[in-house]
Amino acid sequence: MSRSTVTGGDAMYVGIFFAGFGGQGIILAGRMVCLAAMGEGKHVSHIPSYGAEMRGGTANCSVVVSDEEIGSPLVPRPDVCVVMNTPSLLKFQPIVKPGGLLIWNESLIHSAPERTDIEILAVRANDIAEAAGSYRSANMVMLGALIKRRPSVASMNAVLAVLNEAVSARHRELNQVNRKALAGGYEAA
Amino acid sequence: MGVILMKGNEAIGESAIIAGCRHYFGYPITPQNELPAYMAARLPKVGGTFLQAESEVAAINMVYGAAAAGARVMTSSSSPGVSLKMEGISYLAGAELPAVVVNMMRGGPGLGNIAGAQGDYFQAVKGGGHGDYHSIVLAPSTVQELADLTGKAFDLADEYRMVVILLGDGFTGQMSEPITLPKPSGRSFDKSSWSLSGAKGRDPHIIASMRLNPDNALEMLNLKLQAKYRQIEKSETLWESVSVDDAEYLLVGFGLSARICKSAVSVLRKAGVKAGLFRPITLWPFPAGQLAAVSAGKKKVLVVEMNAGQMVQDVRLSVGGAPVDFLGTLGGATPQVDAIVERITGHAG
Repeated sequence: MSRSTVTGGDAMYVGIFFAGFGGQGIILAGRMVCLAAMGEGKHVSHIPSYGAEMRGGTANCSVVVSDEEIGSPLVPRPDVCVVMNTPSLLKFQPIVKPGGLLIWNESLIHSAPERTDIEILAVRANDIAEAAGSYRSANMVMLGALIKRRPSVASMNAVLAVLNEAVSARHRELNQVNRKALAGGYEAA
Repeated sequence: MGVILMKGNEAIGESAIIAGCRHYFGYPITPQNELPAYMAARLPKVGGTFLQAESEVAAINMVYGAAAAGARVMTSSSSPGVSLKMEGISYLAGAELPAVVVNMMRGGPGLGNIAGAQGDYFQAVKGGGHGDYHSIVLAPSTVQELADLTGKAFDLADEYRMVVILLGDGFTGQMSEPITLPKPSGRSFDKSSWSLSGAKGRDPHIIASMRLNPDNALEMLNLKLQAKYRQIEKSETLWESVSVDDAEYLLVGFGLSARICKSAVSVLRKAGVKAGLFRPITLWPFPAGQLAAVSAGKKKVLVVEMNAGQMVQDVRLSVGGAPVDFLGTLGGATPQVDAIVERITGHAG
């Protein structure tokens, strides 16, 4: 009833994996990438994953941004991996695709990644967020760094445009800080 | 409203409301909790009823009551919770009542885990509850399809007076994708000849799943149900095929595993391997004839599922000559594109 063809062309495809602990805004950062990329006409998917804990557990999400309809929304070998705490670095450093990008939060992680076959970017996310007004915006710092290094994912303008939609009403007063944090991450990358 | 980013579970909720569903009964379980949460917030605003029951068993029997009264009604759960609803689903089948049951499958058996899985194919497609009955089983693979098939599920349930199961998995329910919310189908179904709407001025209607009189009452019901099922097998199969015409290798999957197969087809085509995908959208009725036609002359058919091999049995019954191979992942693990490619080419992609 529905027939189509897959050509196997060279469409833009970026698989992104965000990881940290619950409360760091991991799921939100992934959602903002989706909304911003959508705003620029791209296909997106977002799958969150978290521990069974009510709080304090691990949180991560898989995001795909592509020019074409997305087949698998899973990202077992990410092109870009953003890790915000030490357990996430230890667990997910090995899955980054060779030649991929690993962005790590140098404020909270005290031993640097060891891989030599990938691009590695250290960002002092919590410190930059603190300087912008709140450590809670560390996720925005990482997001700013990500779009600087991978501009095909989404532009800064597109990210800024979805801030109010993405952030829930009770946290929206933080958006002034979030804007500064995004810019801080962009500059740091 | 244009394109919005929506989570699968929530897309089902809004689409059900668009389809005219005003009654939801359920009991919480991960990974489908966003659906009851959505209904709890939205239904009161549209004059509907959301009720968190004391158990899954209570919820499915509330569904029975609302369906008997002629309402469009839904319940949802995930694997262990759906097991508890099986008695009620059989009763709904016996009483010929329309209802939509959502199962966002998770890893099993037992309480299992909270990852997405496809281990309930047999339960949904081959009965699950007791007696000779079928439910129509729809297997969406994208958030847009979750939304579109929700409305379709209500129409099919009302048209055939039976249970329609929306069989997704935890990943699809938790996943967000851009969607356009569906429009109401516009179809209406007159339930006045059988629903329990108050018998003032007319003979009472009787809705029952026990039939003792006359002696052959239950036999007659079963004959009627089977005739209905044969009709549905003829007219209601849904499927998708991708790049099948010139394909030498055919992948077959449903739901999330079909999407992983679609990525594998793309990788294989890029490597010059002629691969295609056949994706059943209705698992019952199974698109057996269409699969037989599509698979004819292929070198190999590879079935990919997030279980130990369930739909593959229906594929084997459908495919004529081509050898059928199987690749499965268990306990909430997901198939890898590379593993599918390797199974087809004999070496890593």
